[in-house]
Amino acid sequence: MSMRKLLVFAVVLALGSSAAFAQAPNLGKLISPAEIAAWDISILPDGTGLPPGGGTPAQGAPIYAQKCAMCHGPEGKGGVNAAVVGGAPLKDMESAKTIANFWPYATTIFDFTRRAMPWQQPKTLTNEEVYSLTAYILALKKLIGENDEMNAQTLPKVKMPNRDGFILRFPDKL
Amino acid sequence: METMPSKRSKREWEKLEAVAGNGLLDRRAFLRGGAALAAAMTGYTLVGSAAAEPLVDDPWSKLPGNLVPAYGVPSRFEKNVVRTLSNPNGEPRTSHARTPHHLLNGTITPNGLHFTISHAGNPDIDPDKHRLVIHGLVKRPLVFTLDTLARYPMVSRMMFVECGGNSAPFFSKEPIQASVQALHGLASCAEWTGVRLSTLLDETGIDPKAKWLVAEGADAPTLSRSVPLTKALDDAMIALYQNGERIMPGNGYPMRLLLPGWEGNMNVKWLRRIKLVDEPAMSYYEARTYAPILPGGKAYQFYFLQEVKSFITHPSPGMMLKEPGFYEISGVAYSGNGRISKVMVSADGGQSWAQAALQEPVHSKAFARFRVPWNWNGGPAILQSRAWDEAGNVQPTRAQIVAVRGETTKVPPVTGFPSQHYNAITTWAIERNGEVKHVYA
Repeated sequence: MSMRKLLVFAVVLALGSSAAFAQAPNLGKLISPAEIAAWDISILPDGTGLPPGGGTPAQGAPIYAQKCAMCHGPEGKGGVNAAVVGGAPLKDMESAKTIANFWPYATTIFDFTRRAMPWQQPKTLTNEEVYSLTAYILALKKLIGENDEMNAQTLPKVKMPNRDGFILRFPDKL
Repeated sequence: METMPSKRSKREWEKLEAVAGNGLLDRRAFLRGGAALAAAMTGYTLVGSAAAEPLVDDPWSKLPGNLVPAYGVPSRFEKNVVRTLSNPNGEPRTSHARTPHHLLNGTITPNGLHFTISHAGNPDIDPDKHRLVIHGLVKRPLVFTLDTLARYPMVSRMMFVECGGNSAPFFSKEPIQASVQALHGLASCAEWTGVRLSTLLDETGIDPKAKWLVAEGADAPTLSRSVPLTKALDDAMIALYQNGERIMPGNGYPMRLLLPGWEGNMNVKWLRRIKLVDEPAMSYYEARTYAPILPGGKAYQFYFLQEVKSFITHPSPGMMLKEPGFYEISGVAYSGNGRISKVMVSADGGQSWAQAALQEPVHSKAFARFRVPWNWNGGPAILQSRAWDEAGNVQPTRAQIVAVRGETTKVPPVTGFPSQHYNAITTWAIERNGEVKHVYA
């Protein structure tokens, strides 16, 4: 542990949770979780951050057709932008990365779709719509059953095929 | 009166010490100065010069000039010194703007020429409405305005930013003929000024369970990346200024995260939120995009570091050497591991090497400009540069990279990204007609 880290931890321990540090300007304003809620959209692989609600593949299909297919193609087969299904087994750098053959965690689908999609109108989908789209995409490659609902409990439990397909490049930097 | 080449000067020029094959000269020739070099330079100039014309006053010397603008822009004669755009019409995909290294010199990238990648355009952020919130596994979640951050103790540092996908065309099985801008243009260097992230984390306090943070932008895709807390407490900065002025819109106005030496995409622009967490979020860009596939199908995860690298900018493809004689070989070197300690240059495809002069001061995790004097004899030459950093890392050969990472079976488009994190030696060939070509050697 570096001196800097030791120092930070030591001071944190010494001052406890209520005190700010004497050497900091202390100009930050306290903000409550309720006030942060609209921005607090990170989902962790264990499901932390997933909102209430849920959706099924059948509910996702029409949303996909209306809001996603113009770029990602019918049934996720690819269009002007990347396919969300398909992808041969990974072989080398020319292998296409898809959700089914590459993404290690299903939670990333929810996280990315909610924050960034549709490209022209991000952050307009409801949580129900994002769950439904996530379920639809996962069911296209039979990573879940056709009637499985995706919600805060079920989504983190989806085992993605390539979960163990990674090598940490610099473990000492983590 | 005509000025004729002087035989005596020519002989002095040829006395300059060659330190490596194919005309590479001692880097100290210029630093030493002195009679031999002065004579040599004179000889070069005279040998190369046509008869001079009589000097006259041009129109701009005989009339007052243009109005002085409130914000200066380069001369109209520099119109071609621009970035190249991958998506000029804003189609629904990522936009890349690449730095014209071959048209610049020194180590600082002017703000308008700093490379940018925007995944859904550049947001038009009102700085008075922008907020930075730090929350999650902290003792006190806090929100900062730009005005409050501007009152904090600041630091300035030189720092390169490089896209993890910079130099991706070198994974092509055949060398792609393109400029250094097209091949290496997703790296730039600036002086950044801002507040240390550790200062702000001192103020929020850190829950001992926190191991990572998620940094997130205010752009349309709300781009987010996970960063180990050790890096955040080491040298991370919330930057407010770029080369002295407020950060350019494409570079993250009004504030961005800077992680010196780490993958460009992690230096989250338009930064609005930092959440301390106990595990990485596995966001789209770390889970999918910046995870290069290796031969056999496994992929690297959390590459993070931009490793030691150099390339020659002068001369480089697209340039012509007009005639044999003196040229300066020059380029940039940088490493995410610290300072550049040495750059070697070869003019014979790596058979012999001359040590390049490094422009002082050499900053950690920043561009270092290297230079070597060169007497081109008019024959074929194969130019390469190879850098070392203070941590002892050496820039690999292309063969070494390909052995681990592979290469393409087809030639990809020059704007494509077959893989990432390519830092091997770049090779330029000088042909007899003076043309500069991209080759593998």
